[in-house]
Parts: sequence; structure tokens; C-alpha cells
Amino acid sequence: MLELFMRALPLLQNALLLTLLLSASSFVLGCVLGLFIALARISSFRVLRYAAFAYVSIFRGTPLLVQLLLIYFGLPRIGIVLEPVPSAIIALTLFSASYLSENFRSGINAVDKGQWEAGLSMGLSYRKLMQRIILPQGLVIAIPTVGSRLIALVKDTSLASTVTVVELTRVADQVGAATFRYMEMFLMVGAIYWIINQILTIIQTCLEERFSRSHR
Amino acid sequence: MSNIMNNTVKARGIHKRFGATKVLHGVDLDVDKGEVVVIMGPSGSGKTTLLRSLNFLEQPDSGMVQIGGIQVNITENKPYTSRQKKDIEQIRRKSAMVFQSFNLFGHMTAIANVIEGLISVQGMPVKAAKEKGLALLERVGLAHKAEAYPAHLSGGQKQRVAIARGLAMDPEVILFDEPTSALDPELRDDVLDVMRGLARDGMTMLVVTHEVRFAKSAANRIIFMEQGVILADSTAETFFNGQASARISQFLGQVQ
Repeated sequence: MLELFMRALPLLQNALLLTLLLSASSFVLGCVLGLFIALARISSFRVLRYAAFAYVSIFRGTPLLVQLLLIYFGLPRIGIVLEPVPSAIIALTLFSASYLSENFRSGINAVDKGQWEAGLSMGLSYRKLMQRIILPQGLVIAIPTVGSRLIALVKDTSLASTVTVVELTRVADQVGAATFRYMEMFLMVGAIYWIINQILTIIQTCLEERFSRSHR
Repeated sequence: MSNIMNNTVKARGIHKRFGATKVLHGVDLDVDKGEVVVIMGPSGSGKTTLLRSLNFLEQPDSGMVQIGGIQVNITENKPYTSRQKKDIEQIRRKSAMVFQSFNLFGHMTAIANVIEGLISVQGMPVKAAKEKGLALLERVGLAHKAEAYPAHLSGGQKQRVAIARGLAMDPEVILFDEPTSALDPELRDDVLDVMRGLARDGMTMLVVTHEVRFAKSAANRIIFMEQGVILADSTAETFFNGQASARISQFLGQVQ
């Protein structure tokens, strides 16, 4: 298994970078989009609330694979042709934003009502109140669920292999096909996913620890 | 009633219902500059709702509120205009509220809590705000806790920081909503002492409380509420020396 690993290493290195790129970029973009959706969802403007609700309903209610295939194979039909990697990033972003918006919303809702009242009673505008009082506390509450979503996202990047993105799973498939050693290759990339997610778990625990020490 | 210009707080015909329950039946209220008015009454009498209606944490169904010269008229079943929303924000800036459950911002140190309004509402530079904030913490006897997070303060200390936070905005009036009800008896005096100090310094205060000793020693007027109306509005002396109504004597017998 070691010599197979050494032989596949250059491919695996590039694939790992691509997996990390897909994860990181769609997580960051998904967080930004998800936060806006969460804020729209609790806004006092009905149109925004309905739009956010519809967004979550659609992107959380359909399979990521279907969304991905639609973007890569479906959109060219109406003249929008995207490369595999951008297609994957867009699909992963749109999909994860729907879940992340719910994570953020539940964090925001978990902030004590008294915090809103104290902020309002001193005359803070809604924007300042969100920015200075509610989000800093709500996002900390959301850390565990957002961490879980990131870990799920790392694993979901394997679906990008279906639109020819050469990330970890696709490399395992290709090398497996060429050498007939599927078992070892899939065990190998499975272990790599697991290591990435263990590191993320440790980071999440440290973040939780840090914030709970100072405030509670 | 004295000259209208002296009214720091003025409310007329405040109505409020929660579902089918009518909580306030057209309450009128005046508080003059420098006055300390205590609102007493059995639970469910509407005293907290009245206080929270004055800065619109509770939205009255109808009525008029005026604080520091800013007036808001509420007409039943009409959504607020943007003008009204602006005026409500002004009223909130001109008044401070101290809550039963303190409501300090949990992610901020004591000093950051005190200066938050100065920075985010008034746009004061951080350095100047910190100086003012420290002086206020000094005034409530907590300068040494400036860098402590609320989680590391006792209930009485939290409430004193909350009072300093209210003072920071130089409010025309401070609204106290049962400020000592969540505190152990031995911690109440620290908070009440601070409040007595404010009263002596001429701060206009409207206090919902069951603290009879505080009412006796600090209040200019006592308002007695029951079932959503003001039953009596008298000097502290009249209220406590048995000249008030039989209902009030009975109530005082229960809380004392």
C-alpha cells in the first residue's frame, strides 16, 4: 500500500489542494451569503422574509448532486457555460448557504431577548444593534453547528468528481481504475478526509473554548 | 400640576392590551424634572407595562408619550410611520432603562458596556468615552471591576454597572423596572444606595419597585396602580402614613 501511496502522491497532493480550495472558498462564500439570508429571514420586510424562506426551501430541499449537475450540464442549454471548478464552487456555496443561514438564524434567536431590549432602550439603530450586540453573541452560539456544516461541506466536495473536477475522490477513482486497486485508493482518500475533519474539529473546539472562557 | 415645560415625562391615554387582556386603561402620567416617582401596585397591575410603554419596548395600542420634548402619538391599528420610528429612537436616547434582569451585554467588559452607547449612538471617540465611563463606574463604586465580564460580577454589581451604562447617555430620565427584585436581600442595599445618591443629585427617576424603604426615603411621589389604572397619586408621606385609601393600606400590609 505504501508504494501505491508514493506513486499516487503527486496526484493526491494536487487533489488535496483542490479539495481544500473547494471547501474553503465555498465555506467563506456560503457564510457571507448565509448570513445575509439569515438577516433577511428575520427582517421586518415581508418580501425579504419570503425570499429567504423560498431560498432555503429550494436549496436545502433538493440534493446537492442535482444542483451541481444542473449548473454544469443544465445551464449550457441556456447559454451559460461554466468550467468544472467554478461550477462546483457555485453549487457548494448555494447549497451550504441554505444550511448556514439556518445555523446563523438559530444562533441569533438564541441570544437573550433582554440583550435586544437593552440595546434598543439606549437608542441603538437596528444595524448597530445587530453589528455590536446580537451577532457577536449569536455567531458564537452558532459555532458548533457551523463547524458541523463545514465538516459536511468538506465531504460534499467529493461530489465535484461527477463534473470532472480532479479532487481527492476522482483521483482515487482514476488511480483505482488504472491499477485495479480500488480498495486501497478509497481507503487512502477516506483517511485523508478523516484527517482534515479531525483538524477542523480541533479548531472548532479551541474556538468554543476561547469564547466560553472570556464571556461566560 | 406644575408648569408644563417642566414635564420631563408626559403620557396621556396609554392603552395596551395583550390579546384579550386589557393591561392599561388609558393611563395619564407626568413626571417633572428632578422628581423621583415610585410606581407601586400588586403584580399584574400594569406598572411594568406602563414603564415599558414609555420607551416603546412595549408598543402602546394608543396614547401619547412625550419625553424630553419629543412627542409620539400612537393611533390604534396604524403601523408606525418612519417619522414616528425616528422619534421613538430619540425618546430612547433621551431616557435610560434599568432592567430587573440587568441585561448587561455578555460579550463585553463592564467598561465596554458603559461606553457602548457613547460610541455607537453618540459617536464619541473611544478615549473620551473610556474616561467618562471610568468616572461613572467610580460613581457606582465599581471602578476596580472595569475590565471584568458580567459573568464574573455579582447581581448587585451587574445592576450598578447597568445604572452606570444608563447614566452614560446623560438621560433626561431613568426608568427602573424592579431593579432589585432579582437580587438577594443583602445585595439590594448597594443598588438602592446608588439610586438614593442619584435622587439626591437631582436625577429624574421613575421607579417600579416593591422596596418600601426606598420609596419612603427617596420618592417625591408614589403612584399606586391596580388593574391597569392609577388609583392614587400622592406624596410619599400621605401614601405611607395611613391617610391613603383602605386598599392601599391593605396592599402595604402585604408588602411590608
